[in-house]
Amino acid sequence: MERIPILKMGEFLLVTIQVDMHDRLALTLQDDLTEMIVKNRTHGVLIDISALEVVDSFIGRMLGNIASMSRVLDAATVVVGMQPAVAITLVELGLSLPGVRTALNVEKGMELLRGSLTATNGHARRQG
Amino acid sequence: MAMPVVKAERCPVRSGDNVVRIRQIVRQWTVELGFSLVDQTKIVTAASEIARNTLDHGGGGEALVESLSEGGRRGLRLVFTDKGPGIENIDQALKDGFTTGGGLGLGLGGARRLSSEFSIESRTGEGTCVTLTRWK
Repeated sequence: MERIPILKMGEFLLVTIQVDMHDRLALTLQDDLTEMIVKNRTHGVLIDISALEVVDSFIGRMLGNIASMSRVLDAATVVVGMQPAVAITLVELGLSLPGVRTALNVEKGMELLRGSLTATNGHARRQG
Repeated sequence: MAMPVVKAERCPVRSGDNVVRIRQIVRQWTVELGFSLVDQTKIVTAASEIARNTLDHGGGGEALVESLSEGGRRGLRLVFTDKGPGIENIDQALKDGFTTGGGLGLGLGGARRLSSEFSIESRTGEGTCVTLTRWK
């Protein structure tokens, strides 16, 4: 079965969405990712959508769901790399991705995650 | 008013893969028409929303993709038809946040905002036809 790979990158998980997602693939990703969060005891997830040329309300909902599920599992999600044309379209569509944190690229996203971990003292807790 | 159709293609809307295929065709045709990247993205996204509605609420149907040339302007028209249950209250269905399917309820209203022209015809028990056009 086709799957979107989830990479462990240091203390975080990185998901790079490169294919035109259909519904089943999106649902599989939600399942796989929540499992990986628990298995790796990670507190941060980066979702790189720089290769996505379209984010419709279905994908938008999936991103929101992933952020909510991660939050419940004590992990923060940052969506990174949105193309400008996608951002313009999303807002006109009426989707502003509430509850989803964003950053311009993976590097900035990691900074954001590190910052939030330090702020909530999660970093120290997990290493202790 | 008859509008010169430069080319047209019919695509089934029966599966998620069909929706992906329609997005690809719309992208390719808008590139050929010389749409800007933002305009390409808008109409591809609108097509995706309506195709999903046709699939999820209309029980599947068909999409007609047409490349138009009228006077000096060029555009892309999409006609989605299904023989599903129809939409009882179109005004309500066009409102953001209204949903019967567990989605976000942005599909119809959002697609209308992303189109230059948008029309919807529906009869309860007979089906729905959504037409959207984006001019370059």
